[in-house]
Amino acid sequence: MKVKMLSRNPDNYVRETKFDLQRVPRNYDPALHPFEVPREYVRALNATKLERVFAKPFLASLDGHRDGVNCLAKHPKNLATVLSGACDGEVRIWNLTQRKCIRTIQAHEGFVRGICTRFCGTSFFTVGDDKTVKQWKMDGPGYGEEEEPLHTILGKTVYTGIDHHWKEAVFATCGQQVDIWDEQRTNPICSMTWGFDSISSVKFNPIETFLLGSCASDRNIVLYDMRQATPLKKVILDMRTNTICWNPMEAFIFTAANEDYNLYTFDMRALDTPVMVHMDHVSAVLDVDYSPTGKEFVSASFDKSIRIFPIDKSRSREVYHTKRMQHVICVKWTSDSKYIMCGSDEMNIRLWKANASEKLGVLTSREKAAKDYNQKLKEKFQHHPHIKRIARHRHLPKSIYSQIQEQRIMKEARRRKEMNRIKHSKPGSVPVVSEKKKHVVAVVK
Amino acid sequence: MSANQVVESLLALSQQEELVDLPKDYLLSESEDEGDGDGERKHQKLLEAISSLDGKNRRKSAERSEASLKVSEFNVSSEGSGEKLVLADLLEPVKTSSSLATVKKQLNRVKSKKTVELPLNKEEIERIHREVAFNKTSQVLSKWDPIVLKNRQAEQLVFPLEKEEPVIAPIEHVLSSWKARTPLEQEIFNLLHKNKQPVTDPLLTPVEKASLHAMSLEEAKMRRAELQRARALQSYYEAKARREKKIKSKKYHKLVKKGKAKKALKEFEQLRKANPAAALEELEKIEKARMMERMSLKHQNSGKWAKSKAIMAKYDLEARQAMQEQLAKNKELTQKLQVASESEEEEGGAEEVEELLVPDAVNEVQMNVNGPNPWMLRSCTSDTKEAAAEEDPEQLPEPVAHEVSESEGEERPEAEDDTLLREFEERRSLRKRSELNQDAEPAGSQETKDSSSQEVLSELRALSQKLKENHQSRKQKASSEGTVPQVQREEPAPEEEESLLLERPERVQTSLEELEELGKEDCFQNKGLPRHVLEGQQSEKTPNNWPDAPKEKKKEQMIDLQNLLTTQSPSMRSLAVPTTIEELEDEEERDQRQMIKEAFAGDDVIRDFLKEKREAAEASKPKDVDLTLPGWGEWGGVGLKPSAKKRRRFLIKAPEGPPRKDKNLPNVIINEKRNIHAAAHQVRVLPYPFTHHRQFERTIQTPIGFTWNTQRAFQKLTTPKVITKPGHIIKPIKAEDVGYRSSSRSDISVIQRNPKRVTTRHKKQLKKNSAD
Repeated sequence: MKVKMLSRNPDNYVRETKFDLQRVPRNYDPALHPFEVPREYVRALNATKLERVFAKPFLASLDGHRDGVNCLAKHPKNLATVLSGACDGEVRIWNLTQRKCIRTIQAHEGFVRGICTRFCGTSFFTVGDDKTVKQWKMDGPGYGEEEEPLHTILGKTVYTGIDHHWKEAVFATCGQQVDIWDEQRTNPICSMTWGFDSISSVKFNPIETFLLGSCASDRNIVLYDMRQATPLKKVILDMRTNTICWNPMEAFIFTAANEDYNLYTFDMRALDTPVMVHMDHVSAVLDVDYSPTGKEFVSASFDKSIRIFPIDKSRSREVYHTKRMQHVICVKWTSDSKYIMCGSDEMNIRLWKANASEKLGVLTSREKAAKDYNQKLKEKFQHHPHIKRIARHRHLPKSIYSQIQEQRIMKEARRRKEMNRIKHSKPGSVPVVSEKKKHVVAVVK
Repeated sequence: MSANQVVESLLALSQQEELVDLPKDYLLSESEDEGDGDGERKHQKLLEAISSLDGKNRRKSAERSEASLKVSEFNVSSEGSGEKLVLADLLEPVKTSSSLATVKKQLNRVKSKKTVELPLNKEEIERIHREVAFNKTSQVLSKWDPIVLKNRQAEQLVFPLEKEEPVIAPIEHVLSSWKARTPLEQEIFNLLHKNKQPVTDPLLTPVEKASLHAMSLEEAKMRRAELQRARALQSYYEAKARREKKIKSKKYHKLVKKGKAKKALKEFEQLRKANPAAALEELEKIEKARMMERMSLKHQNSGKWAKSKAIMAKYDLEARQAMQEQLAKNKELTQKLQVASESEEEEGGAEEVEELLVPDAVNEVQMNVNGPNPWMLRSCTSDTKEAAAEEDPEQLPEPVAHEVSESEGEERPEAEDDTLLREFEERRSLRKRSELNQDAEPAGSQETKDSSSQEVLSELRALSQKLKENHQSRKQKASSEGTVPQVQREEPAPEEEESLLLERPERVQTSLEELEELGKEDCFQNKGLPRHVLEGQQSEKTPNNWPDAPKEKKKEQMIDLQNLLTTQSPSMRSLAVPTTIEELEDEEERDQRQMIKEAFAGDDVIRDFLKEKREAAEASKPKDVDLTLPGWGEWGGVGLKPSAKKRRRFLIKAPEGPPRKDKNLPNVIINEKRNIHAAAHQVRVLPYPFTHHRQFERTIQTPIGFTWNTQRAFQKLTTPKVITKPGHIIKPIKAEDVGYRSSSRSDISVIQRNPKRVTTRHKKQLKKNSAD
């Protein structure tokens, strides 16, 4: 007679080391695990609440400047090094891991208007109100040496901004015109003008490196081609654009920080309509910087807050503010896409986490799995009203909060008026203009 | 030509910007000349005026002084002739002359052509440039479209994009920049140099290098393998020797010795053929052994052991045998070799030898076959010894008998030896084998077990052979019969007393067969059973079905009845009012109504609605819970129903719910499913990317947690969209990253080749100059 016996392979239930988890066989029959939606909903709700509980984005404040921080620059090769220029002409180099200033240079008289690092990270350039462009070595001077720039170029007019080419020994300054400089020469190799107003910032395209974008005080954004040494196109917006930033992953996308509290993301091939209008600030937007992943950007505003926008959303996903932070003048997203730095009026540089509730440091695999699962759950149930409410909730300073309310009322009133006008006039005589098109005055070829 | 046409032509010829630039340069140079020319002209004029003062050379023919091809339009003046140019002179027709006819023709041709358009103004030209440049740049940028799209739609993006490999600088590179400065370092370096320690790559001392050259890797591997093999073989042999040494059986050792002797003889013979000198040496060795024996008399009866054996020999068969053996050995050893005496033998001393060495027949044979072969003598003696043993059976009756019995089965004793040896081998191997091993020969196992006593063994062997034959014949019988049921084999064979050993495998076999048969029976039964069961089920079903069918029919009928009833009652009510009106109304209207009724005869809307409402009401009613467990406390099985009493006992009646809100509203269905508390948690509006609520519901309903998914699926479902490595710099996307070729020319070289902007700067400066 055949005898049936229980036979088990120890490989199936014996763990290899005592540090392994006990293997638990599991039956995935859905009948045995009912209520999957409600259970996951509860998990998502808890995850959302925990995210809010752990949202503590502020990491450090770097103080040492004796005037407002006017410009920031990242080191291209070193994550821990940051450069900042202040309104009193002082340039400081910071070490983020130690959270200390490692070098101080009195670079200019008056403002340091712009600062940029060379692509190799060996030197950096500053421009100031004293009509000079200075090149500095990244390493400090040896013992007993004077702190002196490598090169100094004396210009005729004030330079208001500077940016370095991403691959070659070329940099661009702006002021009355956009100048392209060879590092070896004291005269610009070409200068491009279009219009007569002063240009506030110039930025090289990081992907197609011969492209430049600039914004002038006559409310326009001008694009240039360095190779053909000619401007390409100009778009005039409602109000002045303070600065622009190119998307590091999408060659033709850039975002403009505007005085009218909004940011505009443009496809440079179709300037007549912005791809997206990002609104949430309640005062002029002064600076913008893309995350190196190209999925988000951060904006600094005069309303004493910085906001993080996804590129495809018109509303911000995050707002950072502290009691002491005044008008934020410059902002940068670090090259590992984990942190954000902002320099503000009250002489401080602040370091934030890009993801407010993220746990810093090394995660175990189980922590990682839990994090990913929670993230997915939050994504899955993001439209459910309770979860949405909790996820969106932010505490705001009273000034910003009241401003938001006020502006909502104003906007509503404008909208109502427009609707009324459309309602009471001959059909078709009053055109309906979309929000995107409303802010573009003209595109000049 | 209009401006638009100019634009178009320029768009087409966008590459040739230099062409456009040329005339500009030209103009510029002219304007430069203008200034100089003016001064020169004034100077010339002054000179002329001075020279005309003295009266001579008043008339000087006008001539061009420059040798330049470029003549500025501003330089053409009436100055040379000294007369003023009157308009009438220009208007006056050219007098007809033969020499001017060609000129006239040319003039006419020119007249027929259109004048050249004015050049475009600067703004316009710049605009055109910009447009051309913009189109070009847009084209360049559009190559990124697919990549951007792909990245936007990607399930997962891992940053940094390019796989950066850690750069490990070779040590000599690091060292080259580093020099020994401190005294300690210098000392260390000195030491290193003294000992010929290399500082740079490949960090190997001369000795190491030499050793590297000495043996290649394959060689070393081969050698190692060889060594390993040799070691393994050695260990095998050692093990074997140890095993054989452990064997206590005297018989075995005797046999081994015999075998060895035989082997030695064989070898010796071969040696004799191949190498007589070596053979002689061997012989000498044998002679020496004989001498030793004679000297020591080791195998005489004088030894201690021999004496004790001699005492025991009276009673003990074995002792006697041992003594015999020893004496035989003695004889053998003390036998003088015939090498030297060969010739003597031939001479005639053969008889003496014959007398010494016993039997005639053997000697004859020896003489006949081998002739005067002294080397065969030894084997002969052994033969003769045996023969002698045979000859006097009185002396050793039992051993002989034993031997005879032993050699019953097999003809030759030598063969028997071989078989015995084989038996030993088998025994050893059998010890290792498991008992249930069916491969073991029954006969072999039997033999080995009983090898201790030879008689039993021989008997058994004979028996086993008989049995084998029997068995085979039986098998043949069985196979020939075929149809005989195999179960019979189970029965113990009564006619033969099978030995246990033989029985064993047989039994296993039978049990196996039994199993097989059982299996067959089982499957037969199984085959049979389903049929029965099926039949039973069918038979059960059919009675079930039979009453079911009428039930259903009955139910349907009932529903129909209800339908009729319910449809009638509201329709009656609703129709009640119209009927009263109908009486008042015209027949035309009635006709119309009739027409509509006829048109929508197929779809009874009211009835459908009522049905729907009834269904909704049914669905919303709380259901009874039946907790009866069939077969619990009574017989269960297919077709058996739990008793009515039990069902009644375990049926939990649902409480009557609150009355429906639409109970008294005949034309309304109010959905009572909506739960306000749950609604607070539910999504009210379909979220953006979804186009249908089904899609959205499906995404919500598929769980992603580890509770519902396997580990792998869970990992896959929860992979984050963007992965970044902490501490890694993410650089902007590059053309090389995505497989595009980046432009070979650097931007700066392109600018320097393009001279346009420099000229504009130049122009500005010139303007300034001219303004000064």
